[in-house]
Amino acid sequence: MSDTPPTPDHQLPRTHYLNATYGSGIRSWLLTTDHKRIALLYLCSVTVFFFIGGVLATMIRIHLLTPGGALVTPETYNKLFTMHGVAMIFFFLVPSIPAVFGNFLIPLMIGAKDLAFPKLNLLSWYLYMVGGCFVLYSFSTGGLDTGWTFYTPLSSVYSNSAVTPAVIGIFINGFSTILTGLNFIVTIHTMRAPGMTWFRLPLFVWAHYATSLIMVLATPVVAITLLLVGLERLFHLGFFNPALGGDPILFQHLFWFYSHPVVYIMILPGMGVVSEIIPTFARKPIFGYSFIAGSSIAIAVIGFFVWAHHMFVTGESTYIALSFSFLSYLVAIPSAVKVFNWTSTLYKGSISWDPPMIYALGFIGLFVIGGLTGLFLASLGLDIHIHDTYFVVAHFHYIMVGGSVMGYVGALHFWWPKITGRLYPQSLSRFAAVVLFIGFNLTFFPQFILGYLGMPRRYHTYPPEFQVLNVLSTAGASILALGYLLPMSYLTWSMRYGKVAGPNPWPATGLEWKTASPPPTENFDVTPEVNWEPYDFKNRTDLGLPAATPSPAPAHGDD
Amino acid sequence: MHRTGELYGQFQTLEQQKESATLGMWIFLVTEVLFFGGLFLTYTINRRTFSTAFGIGSNTLDITLGAGNTVVLIMSSLTMAMAVWSAQVGKKKLVCIFLIATLGLGTVFLGVKAIEYKQKFDHHLIPGRSFDMKYHPANPMAGDDLKELALEKKEVDEAFAVDPDINFHGQLYFSLYFGMTGLHALHMIVGAGLLLWLIKGSFAGRFTPQYNTPVEVVGLYWHFVDIVWIYLFPLLYLIHRHR
Repeated sequence: MSDTPPTPDHQLPRTHYLNATYGSGIRSWLLTTDHKRIALLYLCSVTVFFFIGGVLATMIRIHLLTPGGALVTPETYNKLFTMHGVAMIFFFLVPSIPAVFGNFLIPLMIGAKDLAFPKLNLLSWYLYMVGGCFVLYSFSTGGLDTGWTFYTPLSSVYSNSAVTPAVIGIFINGFSTILTGLNFIVTIHTMRAPGMTWFRLPLFVWAHYATSLIMVLATPVVAITLLLVGLERLFHLGFFNPALGGDPILFQHLFWFYSHPVVYIMILPGMGVVSEIIPTFARKPIFGYSFIAGSSIAIAVIGFFVWAHHMFVTGESTYIALSFSFLSYLVAIPSAVKVFNWTSTLYKGSISWDPPMIYALGFIGLFVIGGLTGLFLASLGLDIHIHDTYFVVAHFHYIMVGGSVMGYVGALHFWWPKITGRLYPQSLSRFAAVVLFIGFNLTFFPQFILGYLGMPRRYHTYPPEFQVLNVLSTAGASILALGYLLPMSYLTWSMRYGKVAGPNPWPATGLEWKTASPPPTENFDVTPEVNWEPYDFKNRTDLGLPAATPSPAPAHGDD
Repeated sequence: MHRTGELYGQFQTLEQQKESATLGMWIFLVTEVLFFGGLFLTYTINRRTFSTAFGIGSNTLDITLGAGNTVVLIMSSLTMAMAVWSAQVGKKKLVCIFLIATLGLGTVFLGVKAIEYKQKFDHHLIPGRSFDMKYHPANPMAGDDLKELALEKKEVDEAFAVDPDINFHGQLYFSLYFGMTGLHALHMIVGAGLLLWLIKGSFAGRFTPQYNTPVEVVGLYWHFVDIVWIYLFPLLYLIHRHR
């Protein structure tokens, strides 16, 4: 904080969205149509699922301490990793940043009073909760052992676990995702304040626009696919069952047509968060604004044409494999554009090491490793060797946990003063960020080596020579858990005892920082008019920054 | 959010509200295309793999009822379009009449669909234990055209010679038939509910040349459901049809 100019003591606004009276008590939360309150409902519910997924992950890591398995039976182990995947992917990662921060911030960032369809927004949360209840019912009545991928005919014929309620839950939750995406697209199109042109939108909004496109186009396909799996299981039909003439490979195509793009639903919002944090704490306009915006859309579009790289070993035609391999390499281009532009933004910036910045820098490092190992997997020859090994597990955890969750926790730290109006202890949170980074790497880097040496994923046992690396990974997981528990506790503490933040504590340039913290229910007292360019620190006298000194760096931000 | 007349609080103007609602419905319809798309893909792939079984399946459908239903549905799209037009030019009475006509035609469609389902039940063509493509030709019901059935029996025997597992593959056809037409019927039922809501609003005189967004948006939905049927009808009834 030493680089941030000292700010006068602030007072919380007298009425804001948290204490405005809409009715009384719990009803004012459960029947609210305020996007900010719905965001907090999501914040609570995704945290519950993150906790469930985290407990399951802990059990997996404890089990793998010894080669023979230390904790559970093989059948239970299958259920542990399946339920970990289902809880984390469908009920934490997909809704995490969009439904919490997208919901909270998009109207604020574009200068609107709310999303275009506030009631639909509340309905989305209820669909999420109903879907979540079905899945929890499945977890608690026999569990789920098919893997989060629900491959047929295991899921539709042979599995003796509670597949049907889980499938129903994910189906219902899919509509929550679709309606959220629809709401965002319409809001970004029609609700922008005067002067908020497309190329003045924060990059967070661009990232969410791209994410919403995927939500709307990919989710219905998995919905219908899982519906067919459910029908197949209930009525003994044969869509994907080879014994009855069906085609299990067709299931894999339909499933990955959704489940590859969904990876970008999980990572693009995190990239949007990083694009907000980096210029704020480098105090410099972002390098190549339009390229970062365009690369979000490019990732969303190309992401639809790479799905069969999950199926290189199913015996698909070599020519198909070749084209999907090539297209998968293409995704690296827009991803690299982002990474290079963030790095160039840092170049000769005035960097301050506030907690959100540490998370953002952690995101960049881990995303680079996760992204580059993705290229290993996209190459046809190497994939045969590392397919279905811990290499894959490490790769997608670098993207999903190192990328998305790091972005999520970074966003939590960056916008927490806006959400609650209060700051948290700075040194403690810097420490927590470093703990998270170290714990993460210690957990997942050994898994790259394990995978390369040939340890298959989803096995409850392994040869004794792999024990050292597995113990390292489990040790890392316990440090990682500390890295999550610390922010959970001091953020909760700060809600009551934190220093009052004021409207713009960092300071940042977005429209959301122009209103009070916490914002009033209607977001802005008067509809704002935007007459500045995005991330422009030089010409913004309202930020309270010292007068700009002539900078020796070339003005990259203007291109 | 407070509501002033027909304008919801999050919007500045009625035009902005209308633009949002219309764009929202279009995006929803795009989602629906992908939702049905999964079924269409599954159908197309299986149709190619098991063309004999799917051909026989097609031929057991009642083309008269199917074609009649197509006409009914296209008529309902016409009345829906007329309802939208009447709302735009402010003919309040006509809005009511055309909306009721649309609902009536939609109900006729669903009724005919129910008759067709009942036929499949009688003919042992519901996927499950008692599914048997040979059953109906061997046990004709009263009122069946024996000449046609005789032809069908010969055809079924030939098909069995080509594809001995035809009872499995036929079940795939009928699973998809019930899946696709069932999902379509579900959309019709939702549409009928929306029409009831519009009819209530139109009796209260809610729709004027200044404000008719609900009629227009439900109209978009209704036309979409109609178009889905326009694809389902040839796919399920017409390919391979030779009598």
